[in-house]
Amino acid sequence: MTGIVALYIFMLAAFTGYEIIAKVPVILHTPLMSGSNFVHGIVLVGAMVALGGAHTTLEKIIGFVGVLLAAGNAVGGYVVTERMLEMFKASGARKKTGGGH
Amino acid sequence: MDSALSEPGFFSPRLLIDISYFLTACLFILGLKRMSSPVTARSGIVWAGAGMVVATLVSFLYPGMSNYELIIAAIVVGSLVAWWSGKRVAMTDMPQMIALYNGMGGGAAAAIAAVELYRAAYANVAGAPAAHSNVVMSLAVIGGIIGAISFSGSLIAWAKLQGVLNKTVRFGGQKIVNGALFLGSLAVGFIVVMHHGADPLHVSLIFGLALLFGIAMTLPIGGADMPVVISLYNALTGLAVAFEGFVLDNAAMIIAGTVVGSAGTLLTQLMAKAMNRSLANVLFSDFGSSGGATATAVTGSMKAIEASDVGVMMAFASKVIVVPGYGMAVAQAQHKVWEMCQLLIDRGVQVKFAIHPVAGRMPGHMNVLLAEAGVPYDLIADLDEINAEFETADVALIIGANDVVNPVARTDKSSPIYGMPILNADKAKNVIVIKRGQGAGFSGIENALFFLDNTRMLYGDGQKAAAELVNAIKAAG
Repeated sequence: MTGIVALYIFMLAAFTGYEIIAKVPVILHTPLMSGSNFVHGIVLVGAMVALGGAHTTLEKIIGFVGVLLAAGNAVGGYVVTERMLEMFKASGARKKTGGGH
Repeated sequence: MDSALSEPGFFSPRLLIDISYFLTACLFILGLKRMSSPVTARSGIVWAGAGMVVATLVSFLYPGMSNYELIIAAIVVGSLVAWWSGKRVAMTDMPQMIALYNGMGGGAAAAIAAVELYRAAYANVAGAPAAHSNVVMSLAVIGGIIGAISFSGSLIAWAKLQGVLNKTVRFGGQKIVNGALFLGSLAVGFIVVMHHGADPLHVSLIFGLALLFGIAMTLPIGGADMPVVISLYNALTGLAVAFEGFVLDNAAMIIAGTVVGSAGTLLTQLMAKAMNRSLANVLFSDFGSSGGATATAVTGSMKAIEASDVGVMMAFASKVIVVPGYGMAVAQAQHKVWEMCQLLIDRGVQVKFAIHPVAGRMPGHMNVLLAEAGVPYDLIADLDEINAEFETADVALIIGANDVVNPVARTDKSSPIYGMPILNADKAKNVIVIKRGQGAGFSGIENALFFLDNTRMLYGDGQKAAAELVNAIKAAG
């Protein structure tokens, strides 16, 4: 991809991220921080490519550590976000059945 | 990616990868969008997760890949450990867990940069022509530095919140040392770019200095500021991932990384703003180190009260506002507190929860805990909504909150928290503070609220105190 196209992608993605967060209620800030933490777990595909193209032992070791850490980021980020949002679902259901005042 | 559509054969691996990455980017953005509303939030993470699975599977088809056994082994081990730890971590420990997973992402971005830079360095030493342009090399270096800072910094943030590391290290000239580490890392990075990879020693030096900087930068920051710091490192990891995405020509990484980078930056600003401080102030002000000493001494005495008296007071009140803080999280008291509130609601008492934007250790931390206990959203109010209501409240019940209700923030210009918006709990007719001991809070600042005439202290662990209050309200008849 050419440099200028990459720059356009960067700019548009930056605005997208800003717009998504700007309308989030405070109660979802922690789950959303956790969710965005999961999303940058996409670094996993980069680490896979880096390890997949590694030739020397040093490259393989660093690449292996990279994939290991990236998989931890992605899976851990998903699990904790899912757990947090699961509670919101439960409390929303309870609200509908009328537990309030 | 620009060659994909011109390649012959419709089902070339490259085209399939590009289309899948496009799908992944769409799923990420739509997923995050759905996460921004409580009703659709749960499905949002599932959408984003589906995107991640698609991207990971299709990446095995990359042309010219080898080391499949290593890749699969690393994914399996990393996933299992993270899955196991993520499932068993307590809700109260979520902030440091997010810090840990975020640090891992930063480390992975740094590892990608390291593979590229070491390869360039060895090629340069061997006299081979440069494989990357200076622009690509610069992006690799910058992404690597940011990733390394996020990695070591997040680990320190984790250690501090987990209680592994209790000390807040500060010494004279610290900022100069930190600045030297950061600029040194950049300078060596510049040399590496200019000399097409230079040599392995220079590459090692970039990462060594950046890792040290991450540690040195995070050590002096007090635990009360950790939410802002974790959010900042989250944004930085996103940025590092985006930069490495440019290096690898990977659109999914560029888009996902940039979205997280900008969203995280905005979130960090919102959090710093909630404390009425600039981000620079959070990072470089040594907040909380001298706070207690410089502020005007608070006069008066704290007056204790028994749980039975508090129970009666609340049972016959018409309006009670509960202000939870980190102490409630530590004591795991959210379920007992909600049980107590339900008793009050059944008696016809109006109950509301007042949440300060930076209560706890992360924005929305209290909301997550209250949601876990089953508190309906409409009982939870944030600072702007609730502040006018304290004057009409009979009881403000403070559970493990401290700085966010300290009236000194309104009055004492010498206090380090002066100007921070606070919950006006002191305006309530009666203020009850549940607190473990008489010491100052996390930031080390004395709380003038505790010494007011209308304030009573209920000493004890949050959960035990709430249990006592439940019994007291039941006994009130």
